[in-house]
Amino acid sequence: MSPAATHVAVAVVGGGPSGLTAAATLAPQVNGDVLVLEREAQTGGIPRHSDHLGYGMRDLRRFISGPAYAARLTDSAAAAGAVLETEAMVTGWSGDGTLQVTSPRGVRTVTADAVILATGARERPRPARLVPGDRPDGVYTTGQLQNLVHVHHSPVGERAVIVGAELVSWSAVLTLREAGCATVAMVSRHRRAEAYSVFRTLGRVLMNGPVLTGSRVIGINGKGRVRSVTVATQTGDRHDIDCDTVVFTGDWIPDHELARATGLDMDAATRGPVVDVALRTSRPGVFAVGNLLHPVDTADAAALDGRHVASAVQAWLLSRENGPTAARIRAEAPLRWIAPQLISADGSAPARGDLLLWTDEYRRLPKLRAVQDGRVIATKRTPWPAAPGRIYRAPWSLVSSADPKGGDVTVSLA
Amino acid sequence: MISDVVVVGAGIVGCAIARELAGTQLSVALVEARSDVGDGTSKANTALLHTGYDATPGTLESRLVARGYDLLGDYAERTGIPVERTGAMLVAWTEEESDALPGLKAKAERNGYHHCGIVPADEVYRRVPDLGPGALAGLTVPGESIICTWTTNLALATDAVARGARLLRGARVTGAVTGPQHTTVHTTRGDVRGRWIINAAGLGADHVDAVFGHHRFTVTPRRGELLVFDKLTRPMVPLIVLAVPSSRGKGVLVSPTIYGNVMVGPTSENLEDRTATGTSEDGFEFLVSKGHALMPDLFDEEITATYAGLRAAIDRDDYLIDLDHAQRYVLVGGIRSTGLTSGMAIAEYVTELLTEAGVDVAERADLPAPPRMPNIGEAGTRPYQDGERIAADPEYGRIVCFCERVSAGEIRDAFNSAIPPADLDGLRRRTRVMNGRCQGFYCGAHTQALLQSGVAR
Repeated sequence: MSPAATHVAVAVVGGGPSGLTAAATLAPQVNGDVLVLEREAQTGGIPRHSDHLGYGMRDLRRFISGPAYAARLTDSAAAAGAVLETEAMVTGWSGDGTLQVTSPRGVRTVTADAVILATGARERPRPARLVPGDRPDGVYTTGQLQNLVHVHHSPVGERAVIVGAELVSWSAVLTLREAGCATVAMVSRHRRAEAYSVFRTLGRVLMNGPVLTGSRVIGINGKGRVRSVTVATQTGDRHDIDCDTVVFTGDWIPDHELARATGLDMDAATRGPVVDVALRTSRPGVFAVGNLLHPVDTADAAALDGRHVASAVQAWLLSRENGPTAARIRAEAPLRWIAPQLISADGSAPARGDLLLWTDEYRRLPKLRAVQDGRVIATKRTPWPAAPGRIYRAPWSLVSSADPKGGDVTVSLA
Repeated sequence: MISDVVVVGAGIVGCAIARELAGTQLSVALVEARSDVGDGTSKANTALLHTGYDATPGTLESRLVARGYDLLGDYAERTGIPVERTGAMLVAWTEEESDALPGLKAKAERNGYHHCGIVPADEVYRRVPDLGPGALAGLTVPGESIICTWTTNLALATDAVARGARLLRGARVTGAVTGPQHTTVHTTRGDVRGRWIINAAGLGADHVDAVFGHHRFTVTPRRGELLVFDKLTRPMVPLIVLAVPSSRGKGVLVSPTIYGNVMVGPTSENLEDRTATGTSEDGFEFLVSKGHALMPDLFDEEITATYAGLRAAIDRDDYLIDLDHAQRYVLVGGIRSTGLTSGMAIAEYVTELLTEAGVDVAERADLPAPPRMPNIGEAGTRPYQDGERIAADPEYGRIVCFCERVSAGEIRDAFNSAIPPADLDGLRRRTRVMNGRCQGFYCGAHTQALLQSGVAR
């Protein structure tokens, strides 16, 4: 029995902030259905279970909780006329622009004139980080921790060690606290732990132990349940910290399986699909938004991608023209990656007017340099720092004067 | 009550024996120390269905592995245990290893396996283009296959129970008193009485042997650690790539897994602690370095999981299967690392020994059909792909574990099965839930909730 087939104008894979915002922006403007395919039981993405304030700043001019933000974006998309389908998982492709979908309602294919991949990113778990030792209960990523505490109201332990000191790591401290679990240590391999200096005081008040910088968790001990972790410093000293819970935070990787399954050009640095300023991928008619492209920026930034992609999707639906010629933008160490990766001939600016970068080293007042074909095309200094564990934003004007027909544009720290 | 046979140990070997004997007029009790069947060595092996090409010719192991290969291959077809006939290739990286290949081919033939072929370097790279540089030659073993060890164990156990065997979990043997007509085995769940006692206790076989007054061998737990790579690496490894035994020391294999991943390993390290299934820094370093040399591009992708299993090694070079007529006691020990393949043949062999001892082991006429096991192999159709199945029962379209595409229906079925899981690990072995690349980032909390309500039932 061949699967049922449906056709829509736009299929959005992923109902998080970027997917919902893309759907809300496009639905009123497009002839035909805008369908959001979300595999969880509810739309909203990660904010559904991030129960703290700070959401909606740049896209909604609000300062609300994650769950409230998720509900708002869901309502907007529905009110705009998008079709939101939950418990619907895109399991693969069968041909260009054709998605295979499994849901309790059946197996079917969805063909779309335009596909927007909004599949987000996840934290790398313990095995991916090659942390040896026993394999007891009580080892989580923040994603699982937040689901346990905010959605399932399940207990977690009493003494936790947090691995990583990114923005999300501090969110984990708050979540643990809400569940009655003390954070007895935060372990970061960087020399400076603070991704945001505001967390230095606030965070330390909320913790029941030190932030260990220049350190790594190199073993987890315990049969049945975690009993302790073994921490190594850069000098090679080791000691054990008693705990019953370990939370691996940050260290994000895009959920890129669908992008790779259909053979999109991938950026080895972000590990997401290569996109141009308008958020087109290498396949005409396939677009990408959100943390799939830049693992990870804040939810509102991802949402603004969703708003931004609408014009390129519209143009595609009307004229089916490929993107213009473009030059490649690359980041040089210690800058790990840069997004978007292509500067187009039509002179347009990217979402939010910024370049997103990720750095592996801290710089207090970074000066950036852009070089193309041996010539420095611009330098810019930002009044904000470049810090490991958070997005570093740079103005688009750094590369806007590049020649789209020229060679690669290399962005580095001067 | 007094069973005709008490089998100690519900790993693959114990379950195969229980199944075989439960198919006769004999009443069988299957006693397992842990909370689930297949929770010892049987769950953490390399899951290969061995042809036996490399066994020591003339040994009991050699004979039973070859026979088991056929028996399990056939049983897999009848029960739906996932198998993939990938074939294997040993790769020689040095002159010494290259020179050893004809001898290995000859040894395979002495073991009764005649399908090995020696191939040159260009053929090695034609078959496995992603292999690292420096391969000199290869020896093909076309029959070597990959199989699901978890489903095998569960199928044998389920079949044993369907045939009338009584399964007792969480019953660790603490002592035994042999009487003139039957033996009383003391366990942590009370006494179990049986006329014949069969010791298939794997890592604990020497302790159980001591309970019967024997001190003829010692089990040394030999740990093997493995890395499991993301499914995106699967296209790089179309067949099992094996190392040639040499003076360079232990090599590792790179193999596709039945769940669609790739594994690298194992290490081999003698330990003292029989519960030490943790992984180690040295183990990881060894596997990463060997893996890099073998197939560097693997490391561009993520590692999904790591695990370690303990082989019950003994100080002998062959299986130690011995029937003591006076005690009415059979030891099935020293199964080394080939028990998955040989288990059903061992069961056949033990039945022969019992026949010689005068026990009536005629097969009953009214046997139930073998159980049809849920398919958790990647090569077969899984419920999330099956439109008809979902139309009949929407729970098969409600995906709980996105990475492994495991539905709520399959999880429900596991709890409703004849041998339901007792913990998360058991649920993972029956469904693949939480075995994927996100390791619970998305599904962990929901799975824990399902587990709690499922186990409570």
